[in-house]
Amino acid sequence: MNRNVAPGHRAERRSPGSPSGFVLTDLPAQAGVSLKPVHYDAILNEYDEAPDRIGFFEIHAENYMGAGGPPHHYLSRIRRDWALSVHGVGLSIGGEASLDTEHLDRLKVLCDRYEPHSFSEHLAWSSHGGRFLNDLLPVPYNHATLTRIVEHIDELQTHLGRRMLLENPSTYLAFDNSAIEEVDFLSEIAARSGCGLLLDVNNVFVSAANHGFDPAAYIDAFPIQHVGEIHLAGFSVDSSMGPTLLIDSHGAPVDDRVWRLFERTLARTGPVPVLIEWDNDVPTFTTLLDEAEKAGACLSDVDAEADWRACVA
Amino acid sequence: MTGYQSAFAAALLDPEASPPLSLRVRDGDSMERCFAVYRNNVAVSLVDALAERFPVCQRLVGEEFFRAMARLYVAQSPPSSPLLMTYGDGLAEFIAAFPPAQSVPYLADVAYLEAALTRAYNAPDAEPLDAAAFTAIDPETLPDCRIGLHPSIEIIRSPWAIGTIWSANKDEHEPAALDPSQAEDLVVVRPSLDVELHRLSADGHAEFLIALAQGETLSVAASAASAACADFDPADAFAMLVSLKLTCDIRLPSS
Amino acid sequence: MSKLNKAVTSAALAGAFAAGLAIAAAPAAQAQEKEKCFGISLAGKNDCAAGPGTTCAGTSKVDYQANAWKYVAKGTCTTMESKTSPTGHGQLAAYTPKSR
Repeated sequence: MNRNVAPGHRAERRSPGSPSGFVLTDLPAQAGVSLKPVHYDAILNEYDEAPDRIGFFEIHAENYMGAGGPPHHYLSRIRRDWALSVHGVGLSIGGEASLDTEHLDRLKVLCDRYEPHSFSEHLAWSSHGGRFLNDLLPVPYNHATLTRIVEHIDELQTHLGRRMLLENPSTYLAFDNSAIEEVDFLSEIAARSGCGLLLDVNNVFVSAANHGFDPAAYIDAFPIQHVGEIHLAGFSVDSSMGPTLLIDSHGAPVDDRVWRLFERTLARTGPVPVLIEWDNDVPTFTTLLDEAEKAGACLSDVDAEADWRACVA
Repeated sequence: MTGYQSAFAAALLDPEASPPLSLRVRDGDSMERCFAVYRNNVAVSLVDALAERFPVCQRLVGEEFFRAMARLYVAQSPPSSPLLMTYGDGLAEFIAAFPPAQSVPYLADVAYLEAALTRAYNAPDAEPLDAAAFTAIDPETLPDCRIGLHPSIEIIRSPWAIGTIWSANKDEHEPAALDPSQAEDLVVVRPSLDVELHRLSADGHAEFLIALAQGETLSVAASAASAACADFDPADAFAMLVSLKLTCDIRLPSS
Repeated sequence: MSKLNKAVTSAALAGAFAAGLAIAAAPAAQAQEKEKCFGISLAGKNDCAAGPGTTCAGTSKVDYQANAWKYVAKGTCTTMESKTSPTGHGQLAAYTPKSR
């Protein structure tokens, strides 16, 4: 029995667009953190007795696709006590070619084995011509791309027998033949495929800076009824060869301006599961948890319907 | 579809290639610079992945040499699968044919060993047999049994002392002086959670294990090892097989 | 091999294996064998054991693509060897019982 996912704590976010009222996510509307192997020990030895400090863990699906060994051993232990989000980084949903059916099968095996509370992937491509490029690459926002991505999501959701969340990307350039705003593009994908959305607030901030749009306006226009999870992360700054470019590096604390954008988001969504991502220069588990508790404090504020105020100083 | 991804992917892997024409950036910024973010992401993340999987190789030749070599490998052999745990299985072969690495002639074999260690790490789980499982077999029957070796096992024979080299360089300590030119037979196995690396110190043990892995009976495997090494001691080899927890299954003769 | 020889060989082997089992079962002998092994401890204490991780993040590091090879091995290989490596290349022989 999972101690954290009592019915009262569920996000209970239902998509109005879905006639069956599918639950968007079974993750608790609490703050979670990325699960990193360097933290296995700390988690199991120091936090096992106080599981409520951590709302859920999120893994990268591809790191748990080996046949056996310590990754599965630790993930099984952690799954017993905490809610789990599986976050794919290698399916290439935005790819021009068909989805990799072997990879679909691997995702199915993983989801069947761990029964995660959420599965998510990216609005991006990462494989082409038999090569995996290990980056989340941009797609043009037009009708042709939209149609293909909706087909891919439909194929994935059918294969997994579950609903997925699609994450907005951080981008560094755009396409001449983009004809649709990103928010509208995501909104249309969700409406047509029935998928939910994962709103990465840091990605919004990074892309807004790099393309010169207003991140607050993006948040205000986002189809929040589809949001099943929020991501927060740190970026890095490159001012070396031109105007400031923000890089979505996941290697630093969440920036103050991103926290403020997160507050603005919560004011619209109400409590939702929120993840602190930290993938490079991974800090101690305590530091990661401190960051998650800042996010948790923001959720509590919304939960209590307190007067809206800054939850993080 | 327009097929922009072919041109995009090609330009990611080849810095000489121009970014596709259908892209745009904000006013005042340059296409080369913004496209370079993606190029960096691809190249650096994959070189990082190799540096993580081959830390001893990196230590042996230094970070600058290793990363420059890994960069060439990435350009020549980008991953074919999103399972990065398998990326670099071909690095040893690349190093063996890479002229600048010839000054460190054991480097390719150390790379092979490091790849084997991570393969064993992710190999299927299986409970190894203990001595009692063998005691339960009729001693007269045992020589005709075939042995199911542990699924994580890899047997490596190198003309270089790669186990000793790996051991001396696996952490931050200054490595002790050693002679790399001593041949070593190694077995990699993960009987439980930890990957173990064993040097097979006695003659014929590698031949014995290889014959068992090929499905031969204990008797045939012992004969093969004896034929290869006059000093082969079957008692010692059998003790090694059991005490290193290399077995998962005993298959009795069919009749 | 004649049937007789096979029987003798098998009987001898049966005895050898019984002796081997006794060695394997003796705690002291096991400890001696173990001396030769190094375990990779818990995942994460040694990240290389976990193999490379995937990422959904970018990097701020820059890939400086070099046009010409100009690197010299400068790591521990320059200090570790007790004598100059005497021979040319060897040939690695590896055996993986099961294809994975």
